[in-house]
Amino acid sequence: MRLLLSLFLVLLLNACAGPQLRGTGDLGLIIERSSGHVTLVNTSSRQPYARIAGLGDLSHASAVYSRDGRYAFIFGRDGGLTKIDLLEAKIVKRVIQSGNAIGGSISQDGRIVVAQNYSPGGIKAFDAETLELLSEVPAEYAPGKFSKVVGLADTAGNKFAYALFEGGEIRVTDFSDPKQPKTQRFPAGSQPYDGLVTPDGRYFLAGLFGEDGVAMLDLWQPEKGARKILEKYGRGEEKLPVFKMPHLRGWSVAQGKAYLPAIGRHEVLVVDVATWKEVGRIPVRGQPVFVMARPDGRQIWVNFAFPDNGKIDVIDTLAGKVVHNMEPGKGILHMEFAPRGENVWLSVRDDNKVVIYNTENFTKQGEIAADSPSGIFFTSRAVRIGF
Amino acid sequence: MSPNKLALALLAVSCVAWGSEPNAARQKELVHLVRQDCGSCHGMSLKGGLGPALLPENLRDKPAEGLTATIYYGRPGTPMPPWKQFMSEAEAAWIVDKLMTAFPE
Repeated sequence: MRLLLSLFLVLLLNACAGPQLRGTGDLGLIIERSSGHVTLVNTSSRQPYARIAGLGDLSHASAVYSRDGRYAFIFGRDGGLTKIDLLEAKIVKRVIQSGNAIGGSISQDGRIVVAQNYSPGGIKAFDAETLELLSEVPAEYAPGKFSKVVGLADTAGNKFAYALFEGGEIRVTDFSDPKQPKTQRFPAGSQPYDGLVTPDGRYFLAGLFGEDGVAMLDLWQPEKGARKILEKYGRGEEKLPVFKMPHLRGWSVAQGKAYLPAIGRHEVLVVDVATWKEVGRIPVRGQPVFVMARPDGRQIWVNFAFPDNGKIDVIDTLAGKVVHNMEPGKGILHMEFAPRGENVWLSVRDDNKVVIYNTENFTKQGEIAADSPSGIFFTSRAVRIGF
Repeated sequence: MSPNKLALALLAVSCVAWGSEPNAARQKELVHLVRQDCGSCHGMSLKGGLGPALLPENLRDKPAEGLTATIYYGRPGTPMPPWKQFMSEAEAAWIVDKLMTAFPE
């Protein structure tokens, strides 16, 4: 009888406990670009756990996370900004904020989400809680002329750095008073195509398409202006055609060096971040798109533009060269490392799956079905500057 | 022009058009290329991105030959690369024709 009673009590307690509590540190999402879905995944079990529909045009979509890793903010190509709850696996809020967007970022204090837009060119700040529009800063670089915005990155003090493709500028907008933003402008060079902030938040780099070089702004001393690094890295040689623009972001700084995609050359450029001088270049098997460091910085994984987008090269930063080649599938669009880097997830667009590889021995650890997958974003981004 | 000559001329025109039409399998490849790979700059739905939108209303006033040349030879001074190693000029013209009317999904 006593046994039965205690059994009953246990059952009763369980019933009262409600939903099971859990953290979010091992969760993430996969963008399914052509069908407007995201698949939610668990990086511990390496399995999907939910799928959410109705996010619009997700080609070139990206995501950032709230500080607690519970909410993802997804920026769609069609200007949609969608807030997703990873624990309840549902859309919390969705707004159409522009005609054509390219990504976004979240402020240091987590209160402001900023979207970067191609059309109308500029940035817009939203309340992270409600997605209410707080303010906007048009990317007007000459009277009546608006530029596409690229490379938006969060930096210290609720400031955001970004670049203007047509305008050839780096800008820093301070949202510490979110309804009264203040913007500084710095001439940068011809056709910045993307940007990154270094993991310490100090330097903003903008890759240039229109000339050989990278523009760099020291955010601790912005009054010194932007300067060029890696100038004339092409040595005046004719460029190879670029069938997809490389992406930067803060992934590519490892072991005191920045690893950057060359434009129109099948090379990864290596720069010492103390001196900002080129210290090497590593030949690879195509036009690099993503050049991403494993979280410990020992490896750099590189994927490529069409027609080499089925290949992956892995650079060992100690050896300073490519140590592993792979062809994991057709149309490798993105890579994301597990928070501590023991495995990497690769989206294979044309094979409709995400494949998971062990980064130590390069063996395949699993795969997840996904409809034309592109970006993969884990909650570990929530705590990193420039993500 | 006599009716006979007109018929002949029409036949010639339709033969040229028919001759430049890629076969079904190749059409599928080209559509995939445009949506997925051209799409990385122009948008998968062709509404534009870093590159301009490629919807019929955006292309209406542009001469088809110029657009074909842009695809085939690229456009120096802009990020538009030449695609000639991946298609023939006739295939580029077929893509332009589809873009200007209704591009297949």
